[in-house]
Amino acid sequence: MFQDIPLAHVIIVSTLMFFIGVYGFMTRKNLFAILMSTELVLNAVALNFVAFNYYLYPDKMQGLFFALFIIGIAAAEAAVAIAIIVAIYKNFQSVNVEEVSQMKN
Amino acid sequence: MKPVLFYIMAAVILICSVLTVTSTRILRAAVYLLFVLIATSGVYFLMDYNFLAASQLTLYAGGIIVLIIFSVMLTSSAGERQAPVGKFKASLSALAVAVGALCCLNTFLAYQAFPARTLALDSTVKSIGTALVSMGENGYMLPFEVISLLLLAAMIAAIIIARRDIES
Repeated sequence: MFQDIPLAHVIIVSTLMFFIGVYGFMTRKNLFAILMSTELVLNAVALNFVAFNYYLYPDKMQGLFFALFIIGIAAAEAAVAIAIIVAIYKNFQSVNVEEVSQMKN
Repeated sequence: MKPVLFYIMAAVILICSVLTVTSTRILRAAVYLLFVLIATSGVYFLMDYNFLAASQLTLYAGGIIVLIIFSVMLTSSAGERQAPVGKFKASLSALAVAVGALCCLNTFLAYQAFPARTLALDSTVKSIGTALVSMGENGYMLPFEVISLLLLAAMIAAIIIARRDIES
């Protein structure tokens, strides 16, 4: 049975995945890499919701629906973000955050 | 069998997450992210959330990763390498992240009073569909409609932003 695994182990996995995503968000320069780090963070949060749903309230479906809506919103977010990145690439010929600084100063 | 599979998935998730944020080639990072998402969907399958695992595979692993890989290929050549992160910045970020993770895990692991529930799991496609279109308690009609509006708005926004001749 899956329930032999303690809830803590699933939470440790999702916490580490979340903070690895945050690390990528802080160190990456490429806009696509930053987008991928955001996907890692969203994925970790969804796993967290599903784990709590499974272990604590298996007869209800709140965590499941939260994860479903997170997946849908991540799809919308990725579509808009990639459109913005492609528009930036057309104007600056680069997807590096340090070269996109026209609105600074 | 299931615990062994879970620990394999957990190892794949953690190793590929680290590789996603540290790989200097963006295309490889995207493929590592694909492995992370597939392993997560495997965890959902192990928990018997079959519908959620299937949507994770088709939407996340299928849709978003293909979109990212296509746009990466449009904007950079396949062998292009990113400049590695500076040592000072990397170690400082790693320190901040480690402190955050330790605080979170410490708070969580100190709380051991979760009640053990052994109720039957309710995650058939029929009950998910009924809950999505029903109002009242345990109904998700409002978020369902709101997310459909959000997806429409995001689609229109993506088309308008990606067009070049907006002013004409």
